[in-house]
Amino acid sequence: MKTLIRGGRVIDPKTGRDGTFDILVENSVIREISDTIKKPEGKAQVIDASGRIVAPGLIDVHCHLREPGFEYKETILTGTSAAARGGFTTVVCMANTSPVNDSRSVTEFIVDKARTEGKCRVLPCGAITRGLKGEELAEIGEMFAAGIIAISDDGRSVRNAGLFRKALEYAKTFGLPVISHCEDETLSGGYVHEGTSSLLNGLEGIPAIAEEIIVERDIAIARYVDAPVHITHISTRGSVGIIEAARKTFRKVTCDTCPHYFSLTDEATLTFDTNTKVNPPLRSKRDVDAIREGLNKGVVDIIATDHAPHEYTSKDVEYDLATFGISGFETAFALSLGLVRDGVLDMKGLLAKMTINPARLLGINAGTITEGAPADIIIFDPGIEWTVDRGSFASKGKNTPFHGATLRGKNLLTMSGGTIVFNELK
Amino acid sequence: MNWKRKDLLDIRDLSKEEILFILDTAESFKDISKREIKKVPTLRGKTVITLFYEPSTRTRTSFEIAAKRLSADTINISSSTSSSTKGETLKDTARNLESMRPDAIVIRHSMPGAPHMLAAILDSSIINGGDGSHEHPTQALLDLYTIREKKGRVDGLKVAIVGDIAHSRVARSNIFSLKNFGNEIICCGPPTMIPPYIETLGVRVEYDLEKAVRKADVIMMLRIQKERGGTKYIPSTKEYSTLYGLTKKHVDTAADDVIVMHPGPMNRGTEIMDDVADGPASVILDQVENGVAVRMAVLYLLIGGEA
Repeated sequence: MKTLIRGGRVIDPKTGRDGTFDILVENSVIREISDTIKKPEGKAQVIDASGRIVAPGLIDVHCHLREPGFEYKETILTGTSAAARGGFTTVVCMANTSPVNDSRSVTEFIVDKARTEGKCRVLPCGAITRGLKGEELAEIGEMFAAGIIAISDDGRSVRNAGLFRKALEYAKTFGLPVISHCEDETLSGGYVHEGTSSLLNGLEGIPAIAEEIIVERDIAIARYVDAPVHITHISTRGSVGIIEAARKTFRKVTCDTCPHYFSLTDEATLTFDTNTKVNPPLRSKRDVDAIREGLNKGVVDIIATDHAPHEYTSKDVEYDLATFGISGFETAFALSLGLVRDGVLDMKGLLAKMTINPARLLGINAGTITEGAPADIIIFDPGIEWTVDRGSFASKGKNTPFHGATLRGKNLLTMSGGTIVFNELK
Repeated sequence: MNWKRKDLLDIRDLSKEEILFILDTAESFKDISKREIKKVPTLRGKTVITLFYEPSTRTRTSFEIAAKRLSADTINISSSTSSSTKGETLKDTARNLESMRPDAIVIRHSMPGAPHMLAAILDSSIINGGDGSHEHPTQALLDLYTIREKKGRVDGLKVAIVGDIAHSRVARSNIFSLKNFGNEIICCGPPTMIPPYIETLGVRVEYDLEKAVRKADVIMMLRIQKERGGTKYIPSTKEYSTLYGLTKKHVDTAADDVIVMHPGPMNRGTEIMDDVADGPASVILDQVENGVAVRMAVLYLLIGGEA
């Protein structure tokens, strides 16, 4: 099967390519990129991408697909459908399923399920500790053999610093990235950012230092054992500062943030809309500004979604009782394109944070449009305005604080491994 | 002015005009409680439900008496008798109550925003009877009413609020209303009970009780919010009492015509000593009395419109 993508502006951050090119895809691989390619003989489909941007499929290093165990929140099928719609062709799903992905059999289940039902590539992240309990290491080698791409106890920090050290050391054997959710639970325990908004609405606060103390700790441990560490979903000015300073002498620190941390402030929580409840919480304007600056200066390498779908009833309760999380796949790219309009990043810089940078972290051959690379490609239009309607989400999780918002920039076509998995291109 | 709101959720939302309008309306209701026949037909045929998920003596009784003096029918539901113990959600409970066509629901809940959630889905008027550490608007209204009654004004006063500011909805609502009228506010308590960023509300923080109350026109004492973990923030109530218990000696350094307020329930000997609670500056029982008038006004304005 051959597909010819014609006349689009191809932007590939890895090679620096930016110009109008035709792309020929054969089966699952990018065969040729040239100024003009003739329609091949025989059966071939032609996609007219003129006036649009053609980019590598997006890679998300942090999402929750909820299967196994929480199929009422999301499944691998619905989650990857949402991912495909949002422009993602590779997603890393966290281990907090039920049972937890802390063993070979759970990893195998996810890999198998994704192979048969997934709309894009699913790379499972294994747990660092058994049952995410923070007490003993999970069988990381077994999970590695079954296909995990990273390890993380996402949802919480490994409270025991000595155990986190062992995880960083042990992961070296397999070259597995260690993804750290940074939160000191003796300081958190609230529901929203501790700041001027929590002062007004009386909701229990989560101070910025609850995150920053563990960012500092985990980098110190990584430096000591000379192992790479990836800090996920950073949300505060302090975290950006700590990582920026650490990098000067220790280069193995990478980090990501999520669209809600550069698009919304804690003021959004003043309405008590439970869709604004997320962990880490939406922070102050000052923090949001620092995250944007960190993206601009290259301190923040990656934009992840932390797609955290929930069933309606878990959000349809008092703010204190509501679940944490935002369904992010279907708004992430449009929100991120806002960074280009606001002058925080240029288009190539933004795409790098959603394609080649995550590919490098994960050590996978993806995130680039080059001859011989997997045919993971998106076609989007940064100018299209659309209104977020959670009812139309492919995800089961309708929990978005952006419902009703008008966003600019829309993914129109997603090709994953040579197969078109989403197409709204007229 | 014309009253337009369906609900009373926050003091922070209200304009000065609205607040004064409620106080003026309350003024006209205060007499009723002093008559031999303490009842007017104003809200005849109306139904008021008090839905209390937290214990309350004063506020609930006050609302019930206020409603009854206006001839409304009242029904009390407390957490021990509601379906919440059977696993029904707050929204479902509220929708079920709404089906019985009440005109107003007064809700008290341990979680901030619970009244707002109901206001968004119900046609009944929702009155916030206290939501967690967030707001307690009718308390701030009755406090302001009492201040106006005793001081003849609601502005330009030096007000010391003492105690667990962080977990007190009474403190929050009072700060919002008193700032709105341009009063000087000093928040006093142990640093663990002063919420971060409080200065952004335009108040001054003073950890020393003696300094806080010096020359104060109004002293508002708060209790330790044991149900919100209040005792975790201090080593012991004995030590708290030594540092932050209001004594006659303190009151003597305040303005000559100082008034001492407390939203209740008081812990005598902890945050307030007997000689202050029962002393000449105390207006604590006036607050309770005025509470009925203010709540009559609120009910009247919210559901008394076109009968």
